[in-house]
Amino acid sequence: MNLQTIIEQLELTPLTQPRDFRGIQPRGGYASDMLSCVMAGAQPGNIWITLQAHINVVAVASLREVSAVIITENAHPEPDVIARANEQGIILLSTPEPSYPIAGKLWEMGIW
Amino acid sequence: MSNNSLQEIYGRKGRIVTDQDAREIGRVEELAYELKNRDVMSREVHTAAPQMSISDVLMMLRKHRISGAPVMDGEQLAGIISMEDIVRAMSENALSASVSAYMTRPVISAHDYDSIVKSLETFTKSGLGRLPVVDESGKLVGMVTKGDITRGILLALQKDYHDEELRRYRASHLFEDITSDRTSLILRYRIKPRDFVNGGQASSHIKRALLRLGAPPQLARQCGIAVYEAEINLIIHSTNGGILRVQIEPHRILMQTTDDGPGIPDVAQALTPGWSTASSEARAMGFGAGMGLVNIKRCVDKMELESTPGKGTKLLMEINLSAEEKFKGGAEHPEEPPV
Repeated sequence: MNLQTIIEQLELTPLTQPRDFRGIQPRGGYASDMLSCVMAGAQPGNIWITLQAHINVVAVASLREVSAVIITENAHPEPDVIARANEQGIILLSTPEPSYPIAGKLWEMGIW
Repeated sequence: MSNNSLQEIYGRKGRIVTDQDAREIGRVEELAYELKNRDVMSREVHTAAPQMSISDVLMMLRKHRISGAPVMDGEQLAGIISMEDIVRAMSENALSASVSAYMTRPVISAHDYDSIVKSLETFTKSGLGRLPVVDESGKLVGMVTKGDITRGILLALQKDYHDEELRRYRASHLFEDITSDRTSLILRYRIKPRDFVNGGQASSHIKRALLRLGAPPQLARQCGIAVYEAEINLIIHSTNGGILRVQIEPHRILMQTTDDGPGIPDVAQALTPGWSTASSEARAMGFGAGMGLVNIKRCVDKMELESTPGKGTKLLMEINLSAEEKFKGGAEHPEEPPV
């Protein structure tokens, strides 16, 4: 399952610069808004689901090497957050939906 | 962008894509967006005129070893004449006919400021092999072919690799190149209190430094997590910020944070998973899970937390490197140094 398919099926909006999402295959996911939990629990290649849109999301995503971050409930990161994400090659995706249904849909798509 | 166009160019069809390949493909895709037509196009353009004969154009193409040329009516781009058009003219025995009768129109052109990914899409959709490139005023400034794009990407990749390889090469030989009884590299970062915006920057720099020194990725990640949590602790809790210090030696990595207050009243409690004294400001941003020190402990071989209320806190973290993780060079059995 590649990221392009996930973006289409979940109707996610990429916030960072476009690239070929078909080449990215997320392996599993992690859902939490507590950054330390993500540092401890997320694995490289995971999709991370959070409603945090703060700049430290980028640092955690980069240190944990997640494949993409889905920011839920339309929490919108400031432009400097998006700029930092672009700099560090982190993909930020946005959705109006809460984290719970997003995690459920990803699970049903076989992302686990 | 279309996968077909890249596969067409790089011929990866049917090959098993390894992780390494995937990273490289990722960079190629990125470059397809970063590079503009003006970065890869040929600037020396051989043009034909509408009234030229097909045989004259054929001679011109042969002379310059090109497979097509834009047809210019004065300053105006009137069409494109390609080998395919010429073959059509030849089959109709019309070598003396004028270019205007056989050229392809209307002209599909590309802008010099557009990403090459757009040209690749145009190639795939239209079946064309070359595109005239025009600037903002519509003036012809070059030609772009799939070959130009491939060459442009390869040159950019080569430059990327060269730069990073050079950095890695220089850094990874540090311990080998310098002879001493005990060589260590010390990185120091000043962490400001409540500077959430730059939180994690020092950790990212440390992780990158370790990778450049030749550390295995797993080790670099482990250190990254430990110093991130320590860095965030300084940002959240310290009165005046503090110092993050990383000492890299061939056989171990020592990480340390020091601050001058407020200090921790009950160290044992601070080490309890889930215990946190983070402010509501910090909690709103997702900090304060009470897992920071627990995470650190999990990532390092030894952790020591010393704190005196009113004086300050010192956190020591140590990772001993296994035989495979050790940095090349340096003394085999270094004396135990004072920390």
